[in-house]
Amino acid sequence: MKKIRVGIVALQGGVSEHAYMVRRAARNLGIDCEIVYVKHAENLNGIDALILPGGESTTIGALMARTGLLKPLKNLLEAGETPVLATCAGAILLAKRVVDKHVGEVKQPLLAVMDFEAVRNYFGRQRESFETPLRVRLDGGEVSVRGVFIRAPAFTKVWGRAESISDFEGVSVAVREGEKIALAFHPELTSDTVIHEYLLRKALG
Amino acid sequence: MLPDPYPGIQRPGLVEVGFDEIVEFFYRLAEAYDKLREEGLVYAPPAPPEPDIVASGTVRVKLAFPVYQKGGVVMDVTNSEQAGIAEDAGAVAVMVLDKLPYDVRRSGGVARMASVSAIKSVMETITIPVMAKVRIGHYYEALVLEEIGVDMIDESEVLTPVDEKHHINKWLFKVPFVNGARNLGEALRRINEGASMIRTKGEAGTGNVAEAVRHMKLINSEAYSLALSSPEDRLRKAREYGVPPALVELVARLRRLPVVNFAAGGIATPADAALMMWLGADGVFVGSGIFKSEDPRQRAEAIVLATALWDDPASVAEAQEMISERKSMMGIDIRQLSPSELLQVRGE
Repeated sequence: MKKIRVGIVALQGGVSEHAYMVRRAARNLGIDCEIVYVKHAENLNGIDALILPGGESTTIGALMARTGLLKPLKNLLEAGETPVLATCAGAILLAKRVVDKHVGEVKQPLLAVMDFEAVRNYFGRQRESFETPLRVRLDGGEVSVRGVFIRAPAFTKVWGRAESISDFEGVSVAVREGEKIALAFHPELTSDTVIHEYLLRKALG
Repeated sequence: MLPDPYPGIQRPGLVEVGFDEIVEFFYRLAEAYDKLREEGLVYAPPAPPEPDIVASGTVRVKLAFPVYQKGGVVMDVTNSEQAGIAEDAGAVAVMVLDKLPYDVRRSGGVARMASVSAIKSVMETITIPVMAKVRIGHYYEALVLEEIGVDMIDESEVLTPVDEKHHINKWLFKVPFVNGARNLGEALRRINEGASMIRTKGEAGTGNVAEAVRHMKLINSEAYSLALSSPEDRLRKAREYGVPPALVELVARLRRLPVVNFAAGGIATPADAALMMWLGADGVFVGSGIFKSEDPRQRAEAIVLATALWDDPASVAEAQEMISERKSMMGIDIRQLSPSELLQVRGE
């Protein structure tokens, strides 16, 4: 059986939570899977799927710029062949336009490869962080998930090849563009592996 | 590359058990405590939310916040200008204080929560989370911080305690708390009171990382030895620590704290930060180390780099090269401090 290599950008944030979910999803699907922690450009070689975890987008972006990961990662994402799952800060890094709810324009290194606008801290501060039942449209079907939003962004404009695949209170909280999905919430904080299984199935082709 | 500091012991990440399982643990505890709560038990987690509603301030949401701080550096700041420097350098959050711990130590007197106006002005300037400290046991400083919307509250021994015997019941708040600990017993008591995150106490404001090293090693080795001890001994430990046996059993299974555990107290250089990560810290707090140095901008950036890439010696060397030892904060030898000057003994 083919072994799938899943890269997880591991510069900062909720990395091991994703690793745990990937392992469980692989077990559920009966797939042989290896996890690669991506800190430097050479870690990208030969990966079949990529996860950009949550954390602080300013921190992860600055570290990507410093370690030289930003350019090669952007090239890989622009090629558009590798399935990608990005959550929260990871999603912000993928957006072509980013603003902050209160501070407004932000200057931070971004990958800027998906056609949507992310508003950081859209739902407020940690006190306002919340969990809610949510519907996500995947592959023509619809799945129910527990959406855990931690100082989460929202995706206020979606254009071009990108489409919204989940809404909460009238605003998009998940976007798909080709093989990439960007989520404002954290499936890795629940016991539900449906999103990670989706990523692995895409990687299997 | 350095060898594992704890050879032969498998170190599961917080998560190798799954974040959800930790949350469920606290909800089971809540259920078990329901009856006891009616009879007046104070320190008990709240019940889980109904599945069909939008819920904020839940156990899941509070434990989740520190997960996204992992691998990062939280920097002490006293004003919005320093906060801006911290954000630009790549800090994952800032901690707003009235005085840096080094100055608290020098000035003496009563150290209290920072001014609301100073905290608000930091919150309005930067996009990353803002934390602030309250005095141990001071429910109303905590209520004020929750009201103005601080993202995390540090119930800190650096400020002057107002309750010698009790910490805040942190389960009552919607905002997550971080607490200091010197050993496993202290850490578990704080978690039992509702802390969502633990940090070593170290000896704040000294620029000397020795105490943080001691506390981190002690917490880890106590967690490992729990895993190796008999069920009877674990029960005895639970009594000794003053926490529910179920919490001790969880630690024995995880071989680590069930919440995110940062290093704090005396970290002054990139190499200090990398050392703490190697010893098993999930991230670091830097107090006086940055803004009491003469090169705060470069130092802040260098410590962020060394923390994220601690397992790559070339990157740590690059980070260390960004700063000059001549510009490090002077530092205080802990052996020169009298017992009454130690901050770490406040609040057991």
